[in-house]
Amino acid sequence: MTTMLEVSDLGHTYGSGDTAYTAISDLSFTVETGELTCIVGPSGCGKSTLLRAIAGLHTPTGGTVRLKGETVAGVPEDLAVVFQDYSRSLFPWLTVRDNVEFPLRSRGVSADDRASRAAEALEWVGLGKAGKKYPWQLSGGMQQRVSIARALACRPSLLLMDEPFASVDAQTRFELEDLLLRVRRELNATVLLVTHDIDESVYLGDRVLVLSKPPATVVAELPVDLPPVRDQITTRESDAFVSLRSEVARLLHGKEPATRSAPQVTSEAAGTGDQGVHVADGGTPKGQRTVTAPKNRRNGAGGKGRKKHMKTKKKRGVTVQRPR
Amino acid sequence: MSEQPRRRALGFLERWLVFAGAVVVWEIVTRISDSVFFPPPSKIVQFCAELWFVAEPTQLFLADTVYEDILPSLARALGGWLITAVVGISLGLALGRSRIAYEYLNPLVTFLRSVPPPALIPVFMVAFGIGAQMQIATIVFGALWPVLLNSVDGARSVDRVKTDTARSFRISRTEWIRMVVFPAALPKIFAGLRTSLAISLILMVMSELVSSNHGIGYRIQLSQNTFSFDTMWAWLVLLGALGYLLNNALLALERRMLGWQPKREAAPATAKAGG
Repeated sequence: MTTMLEVSDLGHTYGSGDTAYTAISDLSFTVETGELTCIVGPSGCGKSTLLRAIAGLHTPTGGTVRLKGETVAGVPEDLAVVFQDYSRSLFPWLTVRDNVEFPLRSRGVSADDRASRAAEALEWVGLGKAGKKYPWQLSGGMQQRVSIARALACRPSLLLMDEPFASVDAQTRFELEDLLLRVRRELNATVLLVTHDIDESVYLGDRVLVLSKPPATVVAELPVDLPPVRDQITTRESDAFVSLRSEVARLLHGKEPATRSAPQVTSEAAGTGDQGVHVADGGTPKGQRTVTAPKNRRNGAGGKGRKKHMKTKKKRGVTVQRPR
Repeated sequence: MSEQPRRRALGFLERWLVFAGAVVVWEIVTRISDSVFFPPPSKIVQFCAELWFVAEPTQLFLADTVYEDILPSLARALGGWLITAVVGISLGLALGRSRIAYEYLNPLVTFLRSVPPPALIPVFMVAFGIGAQMQIATIVFGALWPVLLNSVDGARSVDRVKTDTARSFRISRTEWIRMVVFPAALPKIFAGLRTSLAISLILMVMSELVSSNHGIGYRIQLSQNTFSFDTMWAWLVLLGALGYLLNNALLALERRMLGWQPKREAAPATAKAGG
């Protein structure tokens, strides 16, 4: 297996001076060719920052991204992105087919080839007959299938997906997950998928990378030991799935290494507070307060207060949606 | 089966009922008052027919004045408006997508559009002399701003997800302008074009009233000076009709070009249907 993507010591800090906010730091991992890797992290942990850096949409303040051995500077040619917000990512004035064809225009593909590649890609996602419709005439799930088809029509070496199924209902999410598994098996595609949904990451991935709270780093790398063909019901009830998802959840909530908990709570407060631009060094009264508050709770009477604290933390990690 | 035509007929009636009522009232009031300055509409229509139509097949039954006044006036108004459209849209899209250019030019634009265009007629008279050039300059100067500002607004409405999508797919610059920015701005552009069309007609008449030896404005001025008020009213009716027709033509074009937009009734339904 060759390495498709190599991310080394990637870091990104927004702003500078007192208002500097480090979203990710010292992030390193690789994605092998033909692999589906899921990145799972708590809300607002810098998953999108990471993905935008890989896609070349912004330049990280530190580290390098290598795609097929070449350092990424600017948007790489061999890559396609599926965004969470399908309704805004698709162009409403173009028909479904024109949407899928659109990126091919700038790649110098002839009109005939464009049409056949668009038809083929729409066939892959089961929308062979919807080509002449406009995106708004389709349901949300179908719209996201169109943007998957659009990405696939470019035949990218690497398919990046940014919370692709976070904006559809649960039933549709299951359908789209299975569609992704089927399509990537058929095309032997390399996929890097970012999600906040623990179950989704385990269900889809060959490997799950768990990110910490900001500044995000890779906390753990878990190979998913499930059969390649998966099923929404039997896979999800299998022991291997259940224990994996628990492991990911435990890692996500930072319950494993005890030494990490204090700074993590700090950064959590920073991340979920007012747009997440706080001083994180603890020098200001605000920083001090966020560090000491949980300590007091832990050292104090404990019992009730602590339990409550844990509960809210868990809830945050699992269900809260990614902030826009 | 007969539902569709019936509804259309009803709609037509509703739309013109008030108009017809106003004409009837106008007719009655002017007949009672019997003023030479305000002829009844029936008489105006009669004058219209006499003014513009002749029994001459070689001229397509249209009087000389149609060729010498109406068509040149229309050509100037529409010509000026077209120049406005081209300049306003291209400049507007460029300014809308470039923050720096916008910030540099914004004070200048605000200053220029605050100058009432008719006030510039004397300036353009000096610059271009009396004639079509000066009239078109007046029209362009006055009608440019709605198209320009709406295009800027429209171009800015392209959201970040679309920018990211286009960038991540390495969409070329021309495709980006032609197939993303322009269509995204088009609804706003059309709103601007409609306002500009009305302004073009106004300034066409205005510039002809001030100085011209032919054209609709000139005819209005002339008939007023010669106390032929019926003729004057006939030209005014013509202006109203022209404005109405041109606006409807533009609306039809807009409906065609914005056919991709969700129908108003359908929009909320599809937005809710998540699956």
